[in-house]
Amino acid sequence: MTTLNPEMSATINSTSHEHHHMPPRGMMRWLKTTNHKDIGTLYLWFSFIMFLIGGCMAMLIRVELFEPGKVILDPNLFNQMTTVHGLIMVFGAVMPAFTGLANWLIPLMIGAPDMALPRMNNWSFWILPFAFSILLSTLFMPGGGPNFGWTFYAPLSTHYSSDSTALFVFSIHIMGISSIMGAMNVIVTIFNLRAPGMKWMNLPLFVWTWLITAFLLIAVMPVLAGVVTMVLTDKFFGTSFFDAAGGGDPVMFQHIFWFFGHPEVYIMILPAFGIISSIIPAFSRKKLFGYSSMVYATVSIAVLSFIVWGHHMFTTGMPLFSELFFMYCTMIIAVPTGVKVFNWVATMWRGSLSFEPPMLFAIAFVILFTIGGFSGLMLAITPADFQYHNTYFVVAHFHYVLVTGAVFAIMAAAYYWLPKWTGHMYSFKLANWHFWCSVISVNVLFFPMHFLGLAGMPRRIPDYALQFANLNKIVSLGGFAFGLSQLLFFALVIKCIRGGESAPAKPWDGAEGLEWTLPSPPPYHSFTTPPEVE
Amino acid sequence: MNAYAKYYVPEQSPWPIIGAVGLFGIAFGAGHFVIELEKGQATHGLYLLLAGIATILFMIVGWFRHVIIESMSGLYSKQMDISFRQGMSWFIFSEVMFFAAFFGALFFVRVFSVPWLGGHDGGVTHQILWPHFKAQWPLIITPKGDKTQAMPWLGVPLINTVILLTSSVTLHFAHVSLEKNKRKTLTVCLGLTILLGLSFLFFQATEYYHAYTEVGLTLKSGVYGNTFFMLTGFHGLHVTLGSIFLIVLFCRVLKGHFTPDKHFAFQAGSWYWHFVDVVWLCLFVFVYVL
Repeated sequence: MTTLNPEMSATINSTSHEHHHMPPRGMMRWLKTTNHKDIGTLYLWFSFIMFLIGGCMAMLIRVELFEPGKVILDPNLFNQMTTVHGLIMVFGAVMPAFTGLANWLIPLMIGAPDMALPRMNNWSFWILPFAFSILLSTLFMPGGGPNFGWTFYAPLSTHYSSDSTALFVFSIHIMGISSIMGAMNVIVTIFNLRAPGMKWMNLPLFVWTWLITAFLLIAVMPVLAGVVTMVLTDKFFGTSFFDAAGGGDPVMFQHIFWFFGHPEVYIMILPAFGIISSIIPAFSRKKLFGYSSMVYATVSIAVLSFIVWGHHMFTTGMPLFSELFFMYCTMIIAVPTGVKVFNWVATMWRGSLSFEPPMLFAIAFVILFTIGGFSGLMLAITPADFQYHNTYFVVAHFHYVLVTGAVFAIMAAAYYWLPKWTGHMYSFKLANWHFWCSVISVNVLFFPMHFLGLAGMPRRIPDYALQFANLNKIVSLGGFAFGLSQLLFFALVIKCIRGGESAPAKPWDGAEGLEWTLPSPPPYHSFTTPPEVE
Repeated sequence: MNAYAKYYVPEQSPWPIIGAVGLFGIAFGAGHFVIELEKGQATHGLYLLLAGIATILFMIVGWFRHVIIESMSGLYSKQMDISFRQGMSWFIFSEVMFFAAFFGALFFVRVFSVPWLGGHDGGVTHQILWPHFKAQWPLIITPKGDKTQAMPWLGVPLINTVILLTSSVTLHFAHVSLEKNKRKTLTVCLGLTILLGLSFLFFQATEYYHAYTEVGLTLKSGVYGNTFFMLTGFHGLHVTLGSIFLIVLFCRVLKGHFTPDKHFAFQAGSWYWHFVDVVWLCLFVFVYVL
């Protein structure tokens, strides 16, 4: 949301002679680009490809779990699939999608000519395909790829893992370098390149949430680099950080990892909050309810994210005081998150609602993310967590917040800004099909997992007891349907890029923000001179 | 025209993709090299690693050369300078967090895991696992019985502390001289800083040699040796990078680059050096003295 004056209508000046105005042709355009729109497009496509690859792994997992007993995967391969599925979806699909959106949108939203450090921006992107090629190459090595879960707990990763752990470690290192550089770029752009007159409390919420996300990234990605380095030296160079026989502690791994891991969770949801806060007001034709409380809630969530990591470790052995501390801190997070959900609902209250595809996804986000939030609250209760820990209940919880949370928000963002990016309207019919198929199948996929977990089915196991067979079959069918539904999205995007009814500068009548003052698609170099904002 | 009007957006550049290829070489090469090292048959992993490092060096030289030319030809506005400064500050913050992970490990081990292994929490696990283990720091006898010795803080570490602190002071004088346009003092102070940095590295190398050959403290000597070598090693790596940074600045000073009000690279190098200095102070206190 912004409080921009409608008559501020940017003085879009394209008289700069420093740049060529047409993109160069061919492969080199993409390899050497310094343009935030090109780089944003690259990030988004990369993320979608990773989403499909990680999705194929999920399909294999669901085939294996379709029936008890061995179906197609050896247990070791099953473990590699769960591990790499997690790594790819977290680092390859969700994070790059948000970075792609940041690249495309932040300069347009704040009236900047580009990202602050355009060449470094290109470097951040092009590291990723290499990093994931390395990660995927481990699957074909003797001994197989990483099979210790995406959280790579010691001693699974230090004592019982295959050689490929070394490549896993280095691929994480360069992914981290990429994320840190991307985040630096976002922060510097927001701090330094806002159009004159654009005050902090006028920033669109997507910009605000990304600013905080970028701070979290810079704070915790180096910690991840540190912990993978310790795993590497423990495994290959004889150190004993995570080995009690040398004075270390395997539980210390979990402390360091989750000090990274919990802020990481918010890295994957805060930009989604920003997206939803842009879309709901647009289709409710009202200003966002409680703009400043949204900003403060985001900041509080980020601050709290640094002191709640222990809730991932309630069963691994901590003093009682720590368990209580982490439990209460975690529950406090429900307050700012509740503020957000309340504000979205209050924005819709008595609004003049319409249900275009972005709004459908946004509403689904609010409802389904809240379900994930509630199961998170259940997991935050230490004694209850003793029961839920390591069951499918946890799997259900984090897939609700990550798939119907983060991924649905990304879909909503794509449907909201696709006309702006491509200059074409997409087929609402296809989009509605995509939405309804996704939203039904995703619940068939993840909702029964709650019951499986409560009934005691452990996660990360290729086989299970007979009493879980029926629900697993339903879950798998939901999974296949959800996977197939995403092909509709792929088809829709391709169709939209290739043509269609041309989109006006502002295809949604309730939308606000500088990006809608530019034509669709925006010129290759936009805001070469910044607009004046009142 | 307002101050924002001329934000410089560079043309297409080959350097980032070269850098990405270089990082790929380093990561993929290092990964395979580590595996081959363990099996004692180092071959192509090492070559790929070296090729990656060479590519990155080539990229750094080319990229920075390009940036220096752009900067000298006046393409960068004041706003661009602020972008660079903010970028560098956040980069240093990320480095702080990297060291925080290792300091965190050190504190966790000292405050929790070693005392717990010695039974200080009232538990009984240690009686079953290693009943003779005594919790102490430095951990010179590990639970499984490996013995080593602690590194004293008197001697080389103290000398190195003095050296590095002095180098921060000389660098500060160099910066002040640059701002007052006293080129001669600038050259002398910067040169002195580099000499101090290199002598720090020399002393640290002798300390490592001493540790490995005489004291019997190695990377494998339990968690004391682990934290000692990882913290001082990563710090030494940063001093090395910082020294290279300063040497490049020195050459640029000799060529007459930098003006009293426009010297981002010098500022960045100086920040980096002071940061490395602060890390050393923490190291000296928590790794050696306490």
